[in-house]
Amino acid sequence: MEGFWTRLLLRVWAALILFFLFTPIVLIFLYAFNTSNIQSWPIPGLTLKWFSSTWSDPDVTSALGLSLQAGLIATALALVLGSCAAFAIHRMTWFGKETVSLLFVLPLALPGIVTGISLQAFFSFGGIPLSTYTIVVGHTTFCIVVVYNNVLARLRRTQGSLIEAAMDLGANGFRVFRDITLPLISTSVVAGAMLAFALSFDEVIVTTFTAGAQNTLPLWIFGAIRLGQRLPEVNVVVSFVILITIIPVLIAARLTGGGATRVPVAATEPPTTTSTAPAP
Amino acid sequence: MLLLTPPLAWFVVIYLASLATLLVTAFWTIDPFTTRIVQVWTTLNFERILEEPAYRAIISRTVVMAALVTLTDALLAFPFAYYMARVASRRVQTLLFAAVLLPLWASYLARVYAWILILNHNGVLNWSLTSIGLPAPDIGYTNTAMWVVFSYIWLPFMIIPVYAALERVPDSMLEAASDLGARRWRAIRDVVLPLSLPGVVAGSIFTFSLTLGDYITPILVGGAGSSFIGNVIYSNVGIANNIPFAAALAIIPVAIMAVYLLIAQRLGAFEAL
Repeated sequence: MEGFWTRLLLRVWAALILFFLFTPIVLIFLYAFNTSNIQSWPIPGLTLKWFSSTWSDPDVTSALGLSLQAGLIATALALVLGSCAAFAIHRMTWFGKETVSLLFVLPLALPGIVTGISLQAFFSFGGIPLSTYTIVVGHTTFCIVVVYNNVLARLRRTQGSLIEAAMDLGANGFRVFRDITLPLISTSVVAGAMLAFALSFDEVIVTTFTAGAQNTLPLWIFGAIRLGQRLPEVNVVVSFVILITIIPVLIAARLTGGGATRVPVAATEPPTTTSTAPAP
Repeated sequence: MLLLTPPLAWFVVIYLASLATLLVTAFWTIDPFTTRIVQVWTTLNFERILEEPAYRAIISRTVVMAALVTLTDALLAFPFAYYMARVASRRVQTLLFAAVLLPLWASYLARVYAWILILNHNGVLNWSLTSIGLPAPDIGYTNTAMWVVFSYIWLPFMIIPVYAALERVPDSMLEAASDLGARRWRAIRDVVLPLSLPGVVAGSIFTFSLTLGDYITPILVGGAGSSFIGNVIYSNVGIANNIPFAAALAIIPVAIMAVYLLIAQRLGAFEAL
C-alpha cells in the first residue's frame, strides 16, 4: 500500500541507519592498521606492526588468558546449571515456574552495576578474597539465563510423541535421553554455550567489581582507553574482541536458525522467547 | 525437582543473598574516621542522596539522558523497522535482521571506543564536515557526545521489538482501513502506530534501563559535567570505599526501573515480546 515516494524514503532511511550502525565498526578495523600512534583521521598509512607488538605485550596476553579461563569455566558451569534448570522447568506444571524464570533473567535485567556491587558486598562480607573464581561466579550468574532460554525453547518445540514412541519400544529413561532427547536438543545447548561465552568474554561492569587487582581483556581495554595510553594496541585488541564475540554468535545463529540471537528478553517478562541480548 | 536444585541453589545462595546484602548495607553507614562499616540501621544515606542538590542533579541528568536516548532510538528505529517488516522482501528482511544483530553482539567497549575516534577533535566527524565546508561540530567529551553514543549503542535493542510488533500487524487491518476511506498516513496513524506501540515500549525498557545503569560511556565519552548515578556508585566503591552509600545509590536505578516496568506493563509491553 506504500506509494513510490514513501518506499523510496524508507529505503533511504534504512540505508542511513545501516551506515550509522556499521561505520564505527569498520573504522575500528581500519585504525588497527594505522601507521601513526596518534589516533587522528585520516590515518596516514597502513601497517601490520601493531599486531606483533600487541601480541608480545605481556599485559595483553595475561589479560587474554584470564578472559579465556574465566569465560570457559563460566560457560561450562552455565551450561550444566542452565540445562538442568531448563529440563526441570520444562517438566514442571508448578505455578512457581514464572517466578523461577524471572529469577534467572534478573542478573541481565537489573543494571550491571547493581549485580556487580551486590556481589562485591557479598564477597567482602563473606570474607572471600576477589580472584579468578569470583569473576567466574559473577559471569556464571548472568550466563545461566542464556543457556536456559535456548534449551527451554528447544524443549518446547520438541514433540513429546517421539519420546513416548521410544518408551513404547522399550527404551529406558537413560536410553531415551541418550538416543532421542540429547540429539534433539544438542544444537541448542551448543548455541547457548556459544552465546554465554560471547557474553562473558565482553563483560566489563560486573567484572570490574569482582576481579580485584587482575585484568580481564575488557578491563585492560577500559583502563587503556581511559588513560589514553597504548591506543595502537587498543585498536588491535578491540578488533580482535569484536571477532571473538561475533564468531560464536554467528555459529549460534546458524545452529538455531537465527532464533537464539534474537533480543527480546524483557526485564520482567518470563523468558519464553528463545534468547537474550548482551547486557553490558 | 532434583534437577532444579543446583541452579536454584546457585541463585538463592549467591545471587539473592548478594542482593539482600546490598539492600541491608544501604541502611548502614561508615565511620568517617576509620572507614569501617557501622552496622546500625539508619536511613542517613537516603536522606543524604535526596537532600544534597549535587546528587539530585546527577539523578535528573541520568534520567533525562535515558529518556532522550529512548526517544531518539524510537524515532530512528520506527521507519527502519517499518521498512524491514512491511516493504523489504523476505530475503532483504533476513539480511537486515542479521545486520541489526551483529552490532548488538559486537563488543560494547569496542563500539564506545570507535565513537571516541569519530568524535574527538582530530576525528572522523570534524574532518568529514570541514572537508565539505561545514563548521566542525567538535562535540567530543560532552553530554552531546554521550547522547550520540548511547543512542548508537542501544539502537538495535529498539529496532528488534518494534520490528516484531510491526510484523504482527495484519494486512487485513490496513485493507479494512483503506476500504473505509482512510488515506495512507491516516492508516499509519490510527492503525499501525497504536498496534506497534507495545513494541516501542518493549524496546524502551532496554534503552532506558541500559542507559540508566551505565557508567562506562560517561567516563569514556562524557566531559567534566557528565557524571551519572553509576559513576557516583563506582567512585564510592573504589575511591571513597563507602559501600553503604554506594549501595543506597544503587537502589535508585532499581526503584526507577520498577516504576517504569509497572507503566510498561499497563501499556501492554510484555505481551509484545
